[in-house]
Amino acid sequence: MSGRGSRAVIAGVGHTEYSQDSGRSTLRLAAEASLAALDDAGIDPCAVDGTVSFSLDTNDELAVMRTLGIPELRFAARTRGGGGGACATVQLAAAAVESGQADVVLVYRAFNERSAHRFGQPVRADPATTEPLWNLALPFGVDTPAKIYALTFQAYMHAFGLTNADFGRYTVVARTWAATNPGAQFFGRPITLEDHQASRWIVEPVLRKLDCCLESDGGVALVVTSAERAADQGARAVEIDAATASHLEGGHEMFSYHHDDLTAYPEGQAMARRLYRQAGLTAADIDVAMIYENFSPIVFLQLEALGFCGRGEARDFIAEGHIGPGGSLPVNTNGGLLGEGYIHGMNNIVEAVRQLRGTAPNQIADAEHVLVSAGRSGLILGRTETRGNP
Amino acid sequence: MRVRPPTVGHDDAFFWEGAAAGRLLVQRCATCGELRHPPGPMCPRCHSLEWDTVASSGHGRVLSWILSHHPTRPDDEPRVVVLVALDEGTRLVSNLIDGPDLTGPDRPTLNGRRVSVTFVDHEGTVLPQFRLAETEP
Repeated sequence: MSGRGSRAVIAGVGHTEYSQDSGRSTLRLAAEASLAALDDAGIDPCAVDGTVSFSLDTNDELAVMRTLGIPELRFAARTRGGGGGACATVQLAAAAVESGQADVVLVYRAFNERSAHRFGQPVRADPATTEPLWNLALPFGVDTPAKIYALTFQAYMHAFGLTNADFGRYTVVARTWAATNPGAQFFGRPITLEDHQASRWIVEPVLRKLDCCLESDGGVALVVTSAERAADQGARAVEIDAATASHLEGGHEMFSYHHDDLTAYPEGQAMARRLYRQAGLTAADIDVAMIYENFSPIVFLQLEALGFCGRGEARDFIAEGHIGPGGSLPVNTNGGLLGEGYIHGMNNIVEAVRQLRGTAPNQIADAEHVLVSAGRSGLILGRTETRGNP
Repeated sequence: MRVRPPTVGHDDAFFWEGAAAGRLLVQRCATCGELRHPPGPMCPRCHSLEWDTVASSGHGRVLSWILSHHPTRPDDEPRVVVLVALDEGTRLVSNLIDGPDLTGPDRPTLNGRRVSVTFVDHEGTVLPQFRLAETEP
């Protein structure tokens, strides 16, 4: 990104372990991840003057500030929706730094999404949410995110002749990557397609258990600051070459039933156009792609929307090995949200940073450009060595 | 089939009242005539706050479907959830009732099939639900 101020970079990343039961409070998870990110950036917590989190995060900024002993905040923002906004946290933090509204922005997300409040469970309609489709879908038996999304994915399956086994081929790849990532909840546990097909149905005919992302307790934090500040601190900075959010008219949170073509993902297409234009790149320049997967079918829609393959071609693209080890476009090299952990997409940003630093467990040689898609927000991150002086 | 009653609000009360009276109502902007569903307080096209309703013919076609199992009673018969495109142009989520067996890989195709609405009282909550149409128009 370029702006009237200094350009923003990701100077530090930090995270807790990802587990099914952290055994501690979300505030402690947020504090641990934040301290780790600040330590990684070489920046003292006292220097933080801005925060960004998710509107859904239960850790109030003042609680985090108080816990870390931060003296003063002059910027605090939250992203809308759920995991779709994961990349928008970096967009907001970068905007704050580049506009001069903050010098050091702490991005944090921490929850006990497995041991405490689980997102995938059946829900009640809450009039306070103002998403009217919940109220119009719940009485008919659409009571979980899995069912909401599956009703769209089924149209894709029908249009392009996919079976659930085709989706399973993505899960096998994700678990292959996770198996060699010591930080992954499924470290050491790859699966076969037979394992996938034996897992129980969650939403017939679309999703089996092994098509669904993990549920995790944990925390992730990032530090966004100016390139100069990062260089002064000796941080291993990563460039933010593009950042954007993407929402289109007539849209709803999670429900995408209004699109003329249910098999496309126009928010992703619009996002991709802007990201590539901002970064001066094309899909062919991307070395690694981190693609938010609450459910495996969404990877198929996003691969096509982001221009990595043509419409209806994701099945073959995946089956032919392009996204796995040795492939032309490694995807979710940490195992993704299905294999590493589900910190609402933030752990995929951490992996992008590791790939660009050369420190990823499944390191892709010469990774220079990494695209991170959270569905409704996206980033293209770049390696610092390819730039001139800040 | 246990149905969770909707939480009725200002913007969608007309829909549920219509269903209870055996009518599938679609919100219409009273100024420019644009239809919208789900209901909303303002017309996205002309921004009018005035609206009325049209009664749908109840005919449409299936865009997609899934099976919904009860969250805590696994032996209950699953519901078939369908996304229906009404002939009037709007879409809605509903159920297919009295349809074919959809479990197993030899299931018939539902996508694109014509359907027509019926109103079913589920212990006090009347839902507009759909059956496969007997003939293609």
